[in-house]
Amino acid sequence: MTGFPHRHLLGIEPLEPSDIQTLLDTADRLKEILDRPIKKVPALRGKTVINLFYEASTRTRSSFEIAERVLSADSLSIAAATSSVTKGETLLDTAKNLEAMNPDMVIMRHSSSGAPHFLARHCRFSVVNAGDGAHEHPTQALLDALTLRQRKGRLKGLKVAIVGDILHSRVARSNLWLLSKMGAQVVLCGPPTLVPPGIEALAPVTSRIDEAVEGADAIMMLRLQMERMSGGFFPTTREYHVRFGLTEERVKRAKKDVLVLHPGPMNRGVEIASEVADGPYSVILDQVTNGVAVRMAVLYLLLGGSPEAAS
Amino acid sequence: MSRLLLKGGRVVDPAQGIDATLDVLIAEETIEEVGPRLQARGAQVLDLKGLVVCPGFVDVHTHLREPGREDKETIATGTRAAAAGGFTAVCAMPNTEPVNDNAGITLSILEKARAEGAVRVYPIGAITRGSRGEELAEYGDLREAGCVAVSDDGRPVASARVMRRALEYATAFDLVVIDHCEEPTLSERACMNEGPVSTILGLRGAPAAGEAIMVERDVLLAELTGGRVHIAHISTAASVDAVRRGKARGVGVTAEATPHHLFLTDEAVRETGYDTSTKMNPPLRSEADRQALVAAVQDGTVDCIATDHAPHTVDDKKVEYDQAAFGIVGLETAVALCLDRLLGAGLLELPHLVALLSTNPAKVLGLPGGTLAAGAPADVTVLDLGKKRQVDPKHFESKGRNTPFGGWILKGWPAMTLVGGRIAWKDPRFRA
Repeated sequence: MTGFPHRHLLGIEPLEPSDIQTLLDTADRLKEILDRPIKKVPALRGKTVINLFYEASTRTRSSFEIAERVLSADSLSIAAATSSVTKGETLLDTAKNLEAMNPDMVIMRHSSSGAPHFLARHCRFSVVNAGDGAHEHPTQALLDALTLRQRKGRLKGLKVAIVGDILHSRVARSNLWLLSKMGAQVVLCGPPTLVPPGIEALAPVTSRIDEAVEGADAIMMLRLQMERMSGGFFPTTREYHVRFGLTEERVKRAKKDVLVLHPGPMNRGVEIASEVADGPYSVILDQVTNGVAVRMAVLYLLLGGSPEAAS
Repeated sequence: MSRLLLKGGRVVDPAQGIDATLDVLIAEETIEEVGPRLQARGAQVLDLKGLVVCPGFVDVHTHLREPGREDKETIATGTRAAAAGGFTAVCAMPNTEPVNDNAGITLSILEKARAEGAVRVYPIGAITRGSRGEELAEYGDLREAGCVAVSDDGRPVASARVMRRALEYATAFDLVVIDHCEEPTLSERACMNEGPVSTILGLRGAPAAGEAIMVERDVLLAELTGGRVHIAHISTAASVDAVRRGKARGVGVTAEATPHHLFLTDEAVRETGYDTSTKMNPPLRSEADRQALVAAVQDGTVDCIATDHAPHTVDDKKVEYDQAAFGIVGLETAVALCLDRLLGAGLLELPHLVALLSTNPAKVLGLPGGTLAAGAPADVTVLDLGKKRQVDPKHFESKGRNTPFGGWILKGWPAMTLVGGRIAWKDPRFRA
């Protein structure tokens, strides 16, 4: 038996394809628990997990919380808005105080890129990155991959278009790493003002959405992150929708069995038309269900569970 | 009269074209003579065989933090760090609290430096009041009080009109205007260089063009006004190109480069996993920029090597990357880094390196020193080119420990610094 070779999950970039494979396989096996009448197993009994959220979150935080409960971990959630952070406590002090309570793992969302690395460097517990600035959101990429794999049976060779505000998107970065490592063919698309420099070295980039979605097996739409923008990236949301939004018309250019993904929350009528979000090819709610399974796998493997025992 | 004879060292004084094994005789606070096998009855003799004797090194870009941020550094600790790093003089940037924008503050800095300073301190005054980039500071008073240049370092002079007036007005008092070149609208909330690495790390980047735009502007304004501009911590290929072209046209422009921009790139941010000791402004740039900077040092486009010594408290640095203060300490690593990475790597000859650290800084700002000619102040830096040592921030004289060079093993270190004929620092393991 060999354990998972990482203590922390700071991003997808440092993972090997075999690590990703293990995480997805484990998620697939653990997913079955969610369909049982009694959704609880003792796998993480006696383990303490803290959810430390410095940014708003609905999906990520609740799905981590559910995953923790299903696996019988003792967990608590701290939202920055109601914590000592409002009294000016530094991240390090908060972390050191939490560390003194001996948790096994801290799951953190933070607006500063690299904040989980900072925590991992200074504390003893395992750190899971639940989204850091514009850097990575590894569990989102894993749940997207799980969704794609369930529907398509594979990741290798899939043509995936990632469309929208790539500059501010940690989801785009994590997905780009994951899909490339697993042999998918990624195309990036967005207005040039929202495409970060140098990313063309990692995947082809186009500003024409029609080109990007042509023949695609999957389209990943990104949320326009208005709250991170200091203005002037594009003239109006109207023009954005017309030129870069995913409409039914555009979906038709993709493969017949195309899947449409969105990490949420959506700006309906901006990056994605409502008819598309609610359309038959949309797997947006499957993503949410898979989010719980993927987070169960992450908790289980990082806290010492063996991949084989998960079955 | 007390006399000191520095015997048998390799004397390197680019100002006089000297690179030979010679003796240096010091009388009181000045150099009396440099020559072979000097005899001086009654003089104290220091045997410097195997060591290099240079005119004292001058750092044209130091943040001493006093007054106002004595928790980060003081004139006493900063100048001790300078002495331990091989510098006999530092030029103190005016972004203290309050800003050194008037003669009263200049005088208080000089008074403190006289009482507590281990090396000479030359204050730099502000370009504008409060370094707010609006109204000019009183250059006449600043010059009279002892300022050697003006700068709003840390804050670029955003207005071309203000920069133009500063360059014009400064000529009346023979002051150099030192500019931190950065187009502020291109680097809002940036915390590293913009490029592939910032994209991967998800950090806001400042594009290299934002610096070059301002360097081009300043060169053109210096040309327009006949003023003298000195480009602080130049860091990009396009910036050095602008300076090179300006110099070729005879514009009054000079430039300095820091060791960190010469020896590190933005990859360091990634390799260290967001270690905040890689965060400074201007940021560490790309490998192409770094190579262009080294070439600019080699071909003389860059006049000086300066530290941009920027000490911070642990609290200012041990935070999230985008929240951390900009800047690293440099006084106690700069000389060793240059000896190892420029001289040791065969990129530069020793006389050229001494010119970059002593002759040129003194010339650019019109300071006494920068030479061992008879009559010059007896400011001397002694180097041990064979010494190998690891950079250990725990043993810094500076209050700041914020360096990306901790753990680096470097060959070639300062062995002793003399200021005005007196030993300001010597390596404790040094026999003399």
